[in-house]
Amino acid sequence: MKNVNELKAIHEKMKDFIALRTPEGKAEPGYRHVLVCGGTGCHSSGCDAILKALRASITAHGLDEKTTVIVSGCHGLCALGPLIIVYPDAVFYELVEVDDIEEIVTSHLMNDEPVLRKVYHEAIIDGKMVPYRETDFFKYQHKISLRNCGVIDPECIEEYIGRDGYMALAKSLTEMKPADVIEELKASGLRGRGGGGFSTGMKWSFAAAVESDKKYVCCNADEGDPGAFMDRSILEGDPHAVIEAMAIAGYAIGADEGYVYVRAEYPIAVNRFEIALNEARQHGLLGADIFGTGFNFDIHVRLGAGAFVCGEETALLASIEGKRGEPRPRPPFPAVKGLFGQPTVLNNVETFATIPQIILHGAAWYGTMGTEKSKGTKVFALGGKIKNVGLVEVPMGATLRDVVEKVGGGIPNGKTFKAAQTGGPSGGCIPASLIDTPIDFDNLLAIGSMMGSGGMIIMDEDSCMIDIAKYFLDFTVEESCGKCSPCRIGTMRMLEILERITNGQGVPSDIEELVDLGNHIKATALCGLGNTAPNPILSTIRYFRHEYEEHINDKKCAAGVCKALLEFVINDKCKGCTLCKRKCPTDAITGEVKELHVIHQEKCVKCGICYDICKFAAIDKV
Amino acid sequence: MKKKMTTVPFQGTAEQEKQLHALIAEHCGTPGAIMPILQKAQAIYGYLPIEVQQIISDGTGISMSEIYGIVSFYSQFVLNPKGEYAVSVCMGTACYVKGAGAILDRLAAIIKVDPGEVGDDGKFSLDATRCIGACGLAPVFLVNEDVYGRVEKPEAVDGMMKKYME
Repeated sequence: MKNVNELKAIHEKMKDFIALRTPEGKAEPGYRHVLVCGGTGCHSSGCDAILKALRASITAHGLDEKTTVIVSGCHGLCALGPLIIVYPDAVFYELVEVDDIEEIVTSHLMNDEPVLRKVYHEAIIDGKMVPYRETDFFKYQHKISLRNCGVIDPECIEEYIGRDGYMALAKSLTEMKPADVIEELKASGLRGRGGGGFSTGMKWSFAAAVESDKKYVCCNADEGDPGAFMDRSILEGDPHAVIEAMAIAGYAIGADEGYVYVRAEYPIAVNRFEIALNEARQHGLLGADIFGTGFNFDIHVRLGAGAFVCGEETALLASIEGKRGEPRPRPPFPAVKGLFGQPTVLNNVETFATIPQIILHGAAWYGTMGTEKSKGTKVFALGGKIKNVGLVEVPMGATLRDVVEKVGGGIPNGKTFKAAQTGGPSGGCIPASLIDTPIDFDNLLAIGSMMGSGGMIIMDEDSCMIDIAKYFLDFTVEESCGKCSPCRIGTMRMLEILERITNGQGVPSDIEELVDLGNHIKATALCGLGNTAPNPILSTIRYFRHEYEEHINDKKCAAGVCKALLEFVINDKCKGCTLCKRKCPTDAITGEVKELHVIHQEKCVKCGICYDICKFAAIDKV
Repeated sequence: MKKKMTTVPFQGTAEQEKQLHALIAEHCGTPGAIMPILQKAQAIYGYLPIEVQQIISDGTGISMSEIYGIVSFYSQFVLNPKGEYAVSVCMGTACYVKGAGAILDRLAAIIKVDPGEVGDDGKFSLDATRCIGACGLAPVFLVNEDVYGRVEKPEAVDGMMKKYME
């Protein structure tokens, strides 16, 4: 693109077309956009077949002129996929099956009568349908990083431009000096979304201040935190936002080359991102002399190879250089000495996706959202024992209660909320007593957890906190790169203690030993992953010490998870069907037909098969 | 997890070796190219036995110890071939709290292969994988490209595995 006017021309051409999908959207009667979610969640639940059937049906009924079918990125409600959304009426269909397509096309698209039985169940109130945006899951959200996800076709750059795409790059290159861009970011208060929460503007200013012929901009898309998938969704649903922001970063610090380091486990994201890179190059939004300003910038993609530690910045850079992904001591920080020894800015996907909006609307606008020290919004991946499993974006300062009860829809099956785990293997558990804590970077640290990348796993009364702590520690032990001994050996020793406790061999001194070891690892490990590895244990000891004591002293697991501490016994609901007796692998169950059966504890290996298969709820875990 | 060397004899073809040499030639000179080379080599052979690492070492001039150091570091590089049916169970947090551990045990018992290994007949391999991002469908396991989600109880896998067992 030689100048900004070319960009504006595309924007002018596309903006009303895209606006049809917003609340202000208008369309000729009968004209519709039908969006099929093509995110990884919906892909796994079979959206390809849905798409094929939908296209065939639309053509068969002669609706091609009146209907545009779009494959979009993730809408957030992954548990209800495959999803279809019809605009401008904003009708949201859930759990769509191929057999439903014909009815949706003939009834809704041809006769304006939405198929109520497939409409998102929360959008049906007293038998009447409301636009999906008015349901709890959507109405409490505020989307900045995710603003285009599920709205545009990520494989069409013109749709992105129709949503003001690349306007922030144009504004930066033609109306702002590099220092102005950095000042705007500093003023906005944006903090890195990858976990650390460091000021993005400060980071950029350090790299800008170093004199060097060669600098790099890197994007951390090595989203290894189990349970977090916002970076993947952004790359899949709005890849151009990341490309645009990386180019802005290049301009601000004086770099002409960028790398995106993305997990190889995300094939759809990698594919969409590469398509987006090619489109950007074809439109002259990457490459030489962008907008005729003399600014050059291009981006390479590098795939990870399954090492959690590569999410740590120095390890990530080592991996791009073709080495084992091991962290190194800092300073020097990457802003001074990073990729191939050159000054490097490294930000996370969600951070980058926020930046074009800040440049376009200004720091003051961004500052109206969030808390004093944590501005803007944060994306959370809600998972575990919660109704609305999926991706949500809320303003910083929203309480855990808002997220769990309003957006998340509460706990399923009539169970009660026990704790939320944030920050993955680096974070901790927040107990129900702190459910009204406003979520921001500093509050989470103060209560012994951390923001991390935004994974949020909800647990109910059936979750054992020691089992959860063990799960995360097991993860850390496996993923420890082995370079420093506190992390390599220390976490292993902690895991051994936890295994002892869950096997019923814990001793009273174990709790203090865990705390002591944990604090030493925090103080002495080389990198951020080791420093934070004890958090899941320390935070569960802090809030659920009684569960540890119960495991150690009473040899009981109240949640019924730690099998070594359980006894399976048969109650008087037993009908004597003999199913459990036949299935028991160790012949530990005896009893005649139509008589009460008995489990012999000395033979029982606590595999739980009897408990799972009993049709009469006649087996108790005590 | 410690990686075990394979006991399956190397059966690379001349055609595969030709592709590998072309790949090395294409990437030689790019900074940090060893990672993409290993990734694509694994795509050609399905795994990275010592024989393949040796060809890459000879072609790039990078020492065997360095290459083996990289291969053994990253969990995605595998030293064992995958089975005809590669079974993998997602062990992400969302799947774990919904009972993925019991599903892994059940699968191991049915196909008689321990996690991280391939059966002697080469029919099945079993892996516990990191989060595959289908948290909305938790718990999830895969057989090659087929996704099985919302596995309510460990016994449910018996029926799902039936068609692969014949």
